[in-house]
Amino acid sequence: MNISPIFFYAFASIAIACSLLVILKKNPVASAFSLVMVFFSFAGIYAMLDAHLIAALQVLVYAGAIMVLFLFVIMLLNADLPSFDLGRSHILQRILVGASCLVLFGMFVWSFKESPTTAAVGHFTPEQIEAAGGNTRVVSELMFSEHILPFELTSVLLLGAIVGTVAIAKRKLTRSS
Amino acid sequence: MMQQVEPWVVLSFCSAIFFIGLAGVLIRRNILVILMSIELMLNAVNLTFVTFSKQLSQMGGQMAVFFIITVAAAESAVGLGLVIAMFRTLRSVDTDQIQLLRE
Repeated sequence: MNISPIFFYAFASIAIACSLLVILKKNPVASAFSLVMVFFSFAGIYAMLDAHLIAALQVLVYAGAIMVLFLFVIMLLNADLPSFDLGRSHILQRILVGASCLVLFGMFVWSFKESPTTAAVGHFTPEQIEAAGGNTRVVSELMFSEHILPFELTSVLLLGAIVGTVAIAKRKLTRSS
Repeated sequence: MMQQVEPWVVLSFCSAIFFIGLAGVLIRRNILVILMSIELMLNAVNLTFVTFSKQLSQMGGQMAVFFIITVAAAESAVGLGLVIAMFRTLRSVDTDQIQLLRE
């Protein structure tokens, strides 16, 4: 793929380092800010892969909305209680999780390297997309023609999520009930 | 340095992020960090979709990413609502404290 190797490896190493920080930092606020860095590097990689609209949405929705939600909840809960945990999860469990994730990762890398994909190549080549008016236009036209039903269902999903969140967060649960 | 980034390198990077997120879900006990790890895994899958979309010159992957982003936003809103309910009930964000069924 014709993307710049220097920028790709820079973004990829930032993303991997920051996602390791997300799961290893003791303070959830530090984890949240590392996660913002991961989202920004992902947005850079999306832009390099010619998915400009998705890159913009990644910054707006993930790095904007979702992370603000996370930070609000962290601040609201005053979660600097000694709720931490890396000391308490069993050392054997951590070794087992790390080893099995490494083995699975190796299997994925091996299968991606050894078996190139054989699916049919479509007609949305970069030249075609450029001729049709750019990535954003092509994606929008597809979304409002071919994928209009899932798009409309999305609004129902969001409505359900809003109502469900308010219902869950408002209700007073008691330990005895 | 190589001149071209092969697709399998990008896909391997996605799976690295995915398994970092999976390890986070499995080893952490703070439910906020578990939700963040789930977001990491969703992002890795999104990047896989976009990579295949670019590699195969198809747009279906990018359409899927839109709906995944929407579902992820809804999921984190509901998940954080559950975190608040859990904190109000148990005064903790530690998943080891969820043991009502054991009592």
